[in-house]
Amino acid sequence: MNIIRLCVGFTVLALLLASCDNPPAKTPTSPQDTAFQKQLQTQLLDAKSGDVIIIPEGIFHFDRSLSLTVDGVTIRGAGHDKTILSFKGQIAGAEGILVTASDFTIENLAIEDTKGDALKINEGKNIVVRFVRTEWTNGPDVNNGAYGIYPVQTQNVLIEDSIAIGASDAGIYVGQSKDIIMRRNRVEFNVAGLEVENSINADVYDNVATNNTGGILVFNLPNLEQRGYQTRVHDNVVIANNLKNFAHKGAIVASVPAGTGIIISANDNVEIFDNIIKNNKTSNIVISSYFSIGSMNEKGIKESFDPYPEGIFIHDNEFEGGGNAPSLLELKALKLAMFGLKGKLPDIMWDGYINEALPAGTKRLCVQNGAAQVINVDGPGGNKNPSMDQSAYDCTLPPLPEVKL
Amino acid sequence: MTLSFLPSKNPPPPVFQTTSPVNRVGKGRALPFFPRKRGKWPRERSIGVLRCRGLIVPLLLILAACSAPTPKISPFMDENPPNLSAWGIVTVDDDRLTLGVDAMPYDLNSALYTDAAHKLRVLWMPLGKRAIYREEQALDFPVGTVIAKTFYYPKSNTGVLLNTHDMSADFAGEGLNLNTVRLIETRILVHRQSGWAALPYIWNDAQDDAVLERTGGALPIHLQKDNGDGQDFIYVVPNANQCAGCHAVNATTKAIQPIGPAPRHLNKTYSYPGGSENQLEHLARLGYLSGFESANTAPRNANWRDESASLDRRARAWLDINCGHCHNPVGVADTSALYLDRPEHAYPSGNAGLCKPPVAAGQGTGGYRFDIVPGKAEQSILWYRMASTNPAVMMPELGRSTADDDGVALIADWINAMEGDCY
Repeated sequence: MNIIRLCVGFTVLALLLASCDNPPAKTPTSPQDTAFQKQLQTQLLDAKSGDVIIIPEGIFHFDRSLSLTVDGVTIRGAGHDKTILSFKGQIAGAEGILVTASDFTIENLAIEDTKGDALKINEGKNIVVRFVRTEWTNGPDVNNGAYGIYPVQTQNVLIEDSIAIGASDAGIYVGQSKDIIMRRNRVEFNVAGLEVENSINADVYDNVATNNTGGILVFNLPNLEQRGYQTRVHDNVVIANNLKNFAHKGAIVASVPAGTGIIISANDNVEIFDNIIKNNKTSNIVISSYFSIGSMNEKGIKESFDPYPEGIFIHDNEFEGGGNAPSLLELKALKLAMFGLKGKLPDIMWDGYINEALPAGTKRLCVQNGAAQVINVDGPGGNKNPSMDQSAYDCTLPPLPEVKL
Repeated sequence: MTLSFLPSKNPPPPVFQTTSPVNRVGKGRALPFFPRKRGKWPRERSIGVLRCRGLIVPLLLILAACSAPTPKISPFMDENPPNLSAWGIVTVDDDRLTLGVDAMPYDLNSALYTDAAHKLRVLWMPLGKRAIYREEQALDFPVGTVIAKTFYYPKSNTGVLLNTHDMSADFAGEGLNLNTVRLIETRILVHRQSGWAALPYIWNDAQDDAVLERTGGALPIHLQKDNGDGQDFIYVVPNANQCAGCHAVNATTKAIQPIGPAPRHLNKTYSYPGGSENQLEHLARLGYLSGFESANTAPRNANWRDESASLDRRARAWLDINCGHCHNPVGVADTSALYLDRPEHAYPSGNAGLCKPPVAAGQGTGGYRFDIVPGKAEQSILWYRMASTNPAVMMPELGRSTADDDGVALIADWINAMEGDCY
């Protein structure tokens, strides 16, 4: 019985056989599980700076959150397909692992089926997440946890070679942080694949985002102390992010239309280049103001918030397909009217909200991307006067600096 | 003020009456026997036998009292003793939980909800040291201070644990009557040289001591509500890091500090054995507090159950003590930009929650757009998360497995009384 259950945890036949030959010491229902939970949490409590906490191969079950508050600790498993921390049956805690510490590294393990976020790192410097998998194994579901890998208010953050699957908000989400590299990650079957929110100086490259509702998001949200700007999104593969949006209404990502490759909202100075962006059926790239999120109001949004995107530079991307079946009704109608039944929307969609207070000549959106075109969908005018005039976008912006940690 | 909460209403059992005068003298810094001298305490005050000499009482009583001296408190400054009794701050003496020498009980105008558990709060400060008064934070307690919060449930005479906010049967003098309550856990906060440490102790089945469980615990609990309904849940004792999750009120310094003993929570009358007195004035009069002027000018939160207070003050008091330790401008939940601390403080609505969109609420939105929609509690994220018991949704994130139904109703009334709309 235990062995059967163990094997269900593995998806690859070879791994399955290997594990059956050598079942890990811990099994899902054995009383040793709570013993291991206690042992690991004790290790985390007793950790000293410089410690490496090794978690062996196996499936380990937890019914409560793990937490770490000590700086300078590394948590290391035997591989993200070998060391599996399962939180199925979790009874308490809003995340699987909560870290409130600096100089933290976590690598080579998987965190599965947490009630809330899988891995949350709240306030810390020098954070490394490497070869980590976070997954909700039941597939996309509104009741899955919100975020897979979630550093917030952090600085010097490296997230690489990791996998995030099934998050009901964002697979990998860096919020309110500075100096960030997210590279070589794979994000699938999340509402948002990768998200950079209210962050400064981020590099997002060599990632694969596919089968999400939206592939890569760069957002600014109101009322927060830190306004985000300066993100490079390059050399990513962003294909077929057409998954039905399964976020709870009211969550910001619930406003992302299924079929969005890359979306920038209310963020400034974003350079999108050298990506392969294909078959995202609403639009390969969306440039949006906060007005299009649907939560704009005078009472609850501080006046200091800038809802408009500016300084967006799109160049040298490879586009293919996409825009052929937008998921929003008004966009469907617009596509049909302008491009016909078999036509498609252009590769870049802009909601058309502009800050009139800015001087003439302000570079809001510049595009140097061969034949790729921008459609201004006239959000402010209720989509009545969409425009294909490309003249406003024929500009360039200086390249953003590479992020160095 | 709800006097029925106060311990003086409860007739102490006879056993206690014989020893309580001794206790009182031991703690009785205000009594003329041991006048407080500036900066220095009489040494006798913590020695049981000597204390007995201060009273003119029958010899028998002296002997009886001295045969079971009140435990002296040991502030462990480095090690973490495996048993709660080693601290001496609360210990079991027959069928009572008693307070150690010079330990002072206190309570709060409004308290955090923890699965309807009742709480006995006890404070002890080292000889000759004082706390420094701070207006908006917990008092700045000296190194060596020990605070013990004991979580317990009242029980029926058949032993069924009760979900009730009636505390009238809980007490035996300053301590607890173990015939009428069941002890669950005691959390120790000790102020060491390196800062405050938080240690959770879980009471044993025999109810004679509690054992240190730094990784916390999960205890199945059955409660009976006042209306007779049963309630089953897993009571979760936080691990030592999770204690810090709330008590690191500043998420940047990550320094642990007490939450309850702040002027606005402490500023109320308590019924001490020597008579009723404002808690802050009591501390100041005993020489435990410096920089304090007057209870009249100190901030004071409402008791959220006190219906004579305004709805706004009651709601803000509930939100302050249940949410404000994280939801403040430097707290763990400043990531959300929602600030719910300090009722006297008027935040702009983008921080106070009115028509404020969530930041990273995930499932916590419940499908709603704003934290507070005026006039519509049932469309407000704040209300939704308070009422939930799903770990991914509920607020606070930790420390409860059930909803505070009365608190949820209070916040619903508060939101429903707001006028206007968001768009």
